[in-house]
Amino acid sequence: MLYRENGQFKTSYSADQQLLPIAQDRWLMIALVASSFIAVPLVASDYTLRALIIPFLILAIAAIGLNILVGYCGQISLGSAGLMGVGAYVAFNLTLRVPQLNFLLVLLLSGAGAALVGIAFGTPSLRIKGLYLAVATLAAQFFLDWAFVRVRWFTADSPSGSVSTNPIELLGWTLDRPVDKYLLVLGLVCLLTLAAKNLTRSHIGRAWMATRDMDVAAEIIGVRPLTAKLTAFAVSSFYAGVAGALWGFVHLGSWEPAAFGLVMSLNVLFMIIIGGLGSIIGSFFGAAFIVVLPVLLNRLPAAVGIDLSTAMRSHLESMIFGGLIVLFLAIEPLGLARLWAIGKQKLRVWPFPH
Amino acid sequence: MKPAMQRLSIVRLRRQWPVVLLAALLAAGLLAPLASGAATAGFFLEVMLGGLMAGVLYSLVALGFVLIYKASGVFNYAQGAMVLFAALATARMAEHMPLALAVVAALLLMIGFAWLVERLVLRPLVNQSGATLLMATLGISIFLEGFGQAVWGNDIYRIDLGLPKDPMIVGVHLFEGGVLVSREDLVAASVAAALVLMLSLFFQKTATGRALRAVADDHLAAQSIGIPLNRIWVIVWAVAGFVALVAGLVWGSKLGVQFSLSQVALKALPVAILGGLTSIPGAIVGGLIIGVGEKFADVFLGQALAHWFNLEGGGIEQWFAYVLVLGFLLVRPEGLFGERHIDRV
Repeated sequence: MLYRENGQFKTSYSADQQLLPIAQDRWLMIALVASSFIAVPLVASDYTLRALIIPFLILAIAAIGLNILVGYCGQISLGSAGLMGVGAYVAFNLTLRVPQLNFLLVLLLSGAGAALVGIAFGTPSLRIKGLYLAVATLAAQFFLDWAFVRVRWFTADSPSGSVSTNPIELLGWTLDRPVDKYLLVLGLVCLLTLAAKNLTRSHIGRAWMATRDMDVAAEIIGVRPLTAKLTAFAVSSFYAGVAGALWGFVHLGSWEPAAFGLVMSLNVLFMIIIGGLGSIIGSFFGAAFIVVLPVLLNRLPAAVGIDLSTAMRSHLESMIFGGLIVLFLAIEPLGLARLWAIGKQKLRVWPFPH
Repeated sequence: MKPAMQRLSIVRLRRQWPVVLLAALLAAGLLAPLASGAATAGFFLEVMLGGLMAGVLYSLVALGFVLIYKASGVFNYAQGAMVLFAALATARMAEHMPLALAVVAALLLMIGFAWLVERLVLRPLVNQSGATLLMATLGISIFLEGFGQAVWGNDIYRIDLGLPKDPMIVGVHLFEGGVLVSREDLVAASVAAALVLMLSLFFQKTATGRALRAVADDHLAAQSIGIPLNRIWVIVWAVAGFVALVAGLVWGSKLGVQFSLSQVALKALPVAILGGLTSIPGAIVGGLIIGVGEKFADVFLGQALAHWFNLEGGGIEQWFAYVLVLGFLLVRPEGLFGERHIDRV
C-alpha cells in the first residue's frame, strides 16, 4: 500500500537517472542512515558494537571491493585477504614511521598501496581467466602471507610477527570507545558505498560488466580489456586495503599474520556468493550473514538446551556455510540480493501478481 | 621431407619454447648448489630423493584433480577435503574393525559421497561456467571438512599400514656418509606408480574408461551416442574418491590424520596445473618437478634469500610452487601435457 510509485513523474533526465528513483526508497535510505548515525550509538551496547556492528561494517567494505572484481568484472579472486593484509601493514608502518600523519590520509595511502599490489597481481588476468586466474590469485595470497611473516621490515622487527597498534587519533579526537570507532567506520562505509554504487553506474562500471558478460564482444564494441580489468583490480584492491587497515586498527587492535590468511579470503568470497554477485546491497547482506551466523550458533543451541563444544560449533558453521553456498549457486545464483529484489517487486505490484 | 612437414616441426618447436625455458631454468637451479659448492654430492642426492618422494605424494592428490577435470570440466577444490574425509573415516573405523574392512567401508562412503555430489551439486549446476563450479566445489570442500570432523572428531588419529618406518642408508661406498632413504616413501612411490598404471589401464582398456574419455572429449557427442552423462559423473567422482582414499592412507600413515591433510590439496593444485589439467602422466611429472623444485628452493634458494634480504628464515616452499606455476601459466596455460585450447581473454 505504502510502497507505490503512482504520481511520481520524472520530468528531467537527472531525476530519471538518480540513485534511488522511487521516493519511498529515498526516504527509507535517509531514515536508515540517520538512525545509524543517531539512534544506534544511543541504543547499542558496547559489546554489540564491538562484536557485531563494527566487524559487519568493515567486512562489508571488503565484500564491496571483492564484489567489484568478481561480481561486476567477472575476475575470480581468492587473494582478497592478502590485499587486506597489505592495507593493514601499510597503515601500521605509516603510523609507526610517520606518526604525525592524519589517520584518514593513512587509510587512503593503505588503500593506494593495496591497489598497486592488486594491479601487479592482476596483470595475469590479461592472459588467463577462470580457474587459472583463481590459481594466480591464490599464488598472490600465499606469497603475501609469506612476506608478512618473513620480511622483518613489515612488522618492524617484532619477534613473533604480531603487531599492535595505538588508539587512533583524528584531529584531537581519540577513538578509544567503541562508539567513536563505530562512527568513524560508519562514515567511511557511507562514503565508500556511495562511491562504489556510482562507479558501477558509470562508464567504468559498464565496461566491467561488459567484460564479465562476454569479453570478446566487449572488446569489439570498444571496451579496452586491459583498462577494464586493471581498473577493476585497482578499485577492488583499494577497498580491500582500506578494509584491511580498518580491520587491523579498529577491530583487532593487534594482530598476527594469520589474521589475513586464506580463510579470510574464502570468507569474503562466501559473503559475496551468499549476499549476491554483482550487487552492492548484496555485499552488506553477505557480510551481515557471515558475522551473525557464528553468534547465532553460539547462542541458539544453548537457548534450546543443547550443549555444543566450541569445535563442534565451528564444524557446524562450516557445514552450514558450505551447504548454503552450494544451495545458493544452484537455486539463486544472485544470492540474498536477488531475494530482496523479488520481495520489493512483489510489494510494488501488490495485490496483483505482475 | 615435404616443406609443410618442416614448417610444422618448426612451429611445434616454437610452441615448445616455454618448456625448454622451464627445463633450462630448473636445470640451472638444480646444478647451482653443486657448482657453487654449497652442497656435497651426497647431500645433493638426498635432497633430490626427498623432493622426488614428496613429489610422488603430491601427484597422488593431483591425480584426483585431473580425473574430475578430464571427465566433467569441474575444477574440484574439494579434493583435499575428500582426502581428509576418507582418511578420517578409515582411521576412526579401524578402531573398531580390521583395517582392510575399514578401508572397504571408507571406499563405500566415498562412492556414496560421489553419488550425492552428482545428485545435489553437479546436476543442478550443469552448463554453468567453470568459475561457478569452482565456487560450488569450494562449498563442498568446507562442508565436507566440517561434516567429517563433526562426525569423526578433530584430533590427530593414526593409521597404521604396517609400513617400515626406519630409513635406510644406501650408497655408502659411493658418497661420504651415504644417502638416507625413507622406506615409507619408497612404498608410497610404488603405490603411486601402481595407481597410475591401474588408472591408465582402466581408461584405455575398459568400456567404462572409453566412455569416460568420450565424455571428456565432447559432452554432447557422448550423450548423443547414448553414454549416460550422469552415471559417468558418479563413476568419475567415485574414482576420484578412491584416489583420495589412497592418498589419505599414504599421507595419513606418514603425518597422522589431521585437519592439515586437507591443505595438502593446496600443494597439489599447482602440480595439476603444471602437468596440464587433462593429463594423467602430467600429474605425475608435474608432481616430481614441483616436489624436487620445492625442496631445492627451500634448502638452497630460501637460505640465500634469507641471507641477502635479511628475512626471518626462508620457508619459501609456501609459495614457490605457486609462483613457478604462475610464471608457467602466463606462457603456456594448458600446462606441460594438457590439451591445447584456444581461449580468448
